[in-house]
Amino acid sequence: MAKTIEIRWHGRGGQGTVTAAKVLADACLSGGRYVQAFPEYGPERAGAPLRAYNRISDHVIRMYCPVLHPHVISIADATLLDGVNVTDGAQDDTIFLVNTSKDPKEIREKLNAKPGQKVFTVDASKIARDCIGRPLPNASMLGAISKATGIIDMDTLLANVKKSFGKKFARKIIDGNLDATKRGYEEVKEG
Amino acid sequence: MGKIVAVTGNEAVAEALRQINPDVCAAYPITPATDLMQRFASFISDGKVDTEMVLVESEHSAMSACIGASAAGGRVATATSSQGLALMWEMLFIAAGDRLPIVMPVVNRALSAPLNIHGDHSDSMGARDSGWIQLYSETAQEAYDNAVQAFRIAEHLDIRLPAMVCMDGFIVSHSIERVEYIEDADVKNFVGEYKQVNPLLDLDNPKSYGPLILTDRYHEYKRAQHEVMTKVKNVVLEVAADFEKMTGRKYGLFETYRLDDAEIAIVILNSAAGTTKDTIDEYRDKGIKAGLLKPRMFRPFPYEEIAEALKHLKAIAVLDRADSFGGYGPLFSEICGAVMSIDKKPAVINKIYGLGGRDYLPDQAEKVLDELTGIANTGKVNIIKEYIGVRE
Repeated sequence: MAKTIEIRWHGRGGQGTVTAAKVLADACLSGGRYVQAFPEYGPERAGAPLRAYNRISDHVIRMYCPVLHPHVISIADATLLDGVNVTDGAQDDTIFLVNTSKDPKEIREKLNAKPGQKVFTVDASKIARDCIGRPLPNASMLGAISKATGIIDMDTLLANVKKSFGKKFARKIIDGNLDATKRGYEEVKEG
Repeated sequence: MGKIVAVTGNEAVAEALRQINPDVCAAYPITPATDLMQRFASFISDGKVDTEMVLVESEHSAMSACIGASAAGGRVATATSSQGLALMWEMLFIAAGDRLPIVMPVVNRALSAPLNIHGDHSDSMGARDSGWIQLYSETAQEAYDNAVQAFRIAEHLDIRLPAMVCMDGFIVSHSIERVEYIEDADVKNFVGEYKQVNPLLDLDNPKSYGPLILTDRYHEYKRAQHEVMTKVKNVVLEVAADFEKMTGRKYGLFETYRLDDAEIAIVILNSAAGTTKDTIDEYRDKGIKAGLLKPRMFRPFPYEEIAEALKHLKAIAVLDRADSFGGYGPLFSEICGAVMSIDKKPAVINKIYGLGGRDYLPDQAEKVLDELTGIANTGKVNIIKEYIGVRE
């Protein structure tokens, strides 16, 4: 049985982390894959730490519980590295992606990552400020996830970013998010 | 094949309601069902359906309006959760007693106090004696498929009874997953035209709904309700057979998983069945003969068929996501009622799990399967009813 890829997102309310998980699920659905995307529901306040999850599989997904041992941990806000146990349940080969301007080597040290674990960084908030004028890192995080994990190709991802943002936003915002996704892909660094 | 989409359980059921296009819908918002009706209300305001939406001041009024609209002659739907269903309680019995085929998605949520918005089955279990048909759904796909089938079942001329379609609040209602939709035309064709046979608005042929019936005939009226319930399972199976022809997706009164040669089994409703199936696979890999039974139709409860499916087992754990305080869990009581007819009775234990949305994790299923293995070997039960997944 092919592996189910499990992803855990850490973010703060209002950053678009839940939207990112949803867009990723939508994108992975193409090509016949099975998907799940769900946040952990609590008191929904802007700025409060939150978790969201994805499962992506070639087979029917039956698990209905939070991801306990993620293959990918995506941290949309680096301030969470200090307040939240982001490495909880990580596997020996888990891929970490962190939104930060810092060097991936420094983050690797901070996470105390094991040799088999990969650590990627991307300055997603800066990219977002450049592209859409607000520090909403979700689109660039998705681009970076595409590069770091290979679970989704960029063409499919971009089409789904366009579709998801197209429902709510003006042309300018959609284009900004498409640029942010591309730059996230190009600027992610491994260390 | 229909369109494949990534949607939430609420979104999928709202889509089913759009495709069915009921005549009347009276609803009052309550988390986590709010989002379902909000989506359906958008279909109304966007002109995608011509349903008349009645906005009311409470769920009691919502069900009252549904009853009036259904008796008048319309195809009627609503949706609710938790306190909303509890507030409807008085009117539920009237919908069933008047034999009005109202369809109601119930997005399962815990009851107060303490206040909690998350998923458990306390709400629909509290309505189990109301005379409604109850179908339970593991996934968004099942919730969608059950919603489509519920109209055919409820409106079937052999029965004409209201039906609830239950799915787990948040766990399914708000999680995005892969769902295959049926084409609009196929859904319309499947549910067909609805015709109330005794419409209240047929002024040339006046009728009475809900008259006073005292000691002379009330008892007989209730026996008639009991008897009509015995016909429901055939209707459910007939509708499921047609549904399978249309979609290829098979439904029954319950689902079994690796049960035929099992020695131990878990009986469980809704989304937690999925997590349990994955754990059962792991135990099968270790050589332990574990299986699962997931009731789909809880009301009426298919006692004989379930007894037949469980009769070869040594030990069964019934997992309830609701408690009957001072009694056993509601599903456990039914399973005990079913196994009563088996000569060589399996040992049956009851675990209460997941109240107020407490996560049901694989390790809980593992502990239950380990305990069942012990019971199967020794025949000894330590405790019949117990809470699991409790923070000590």
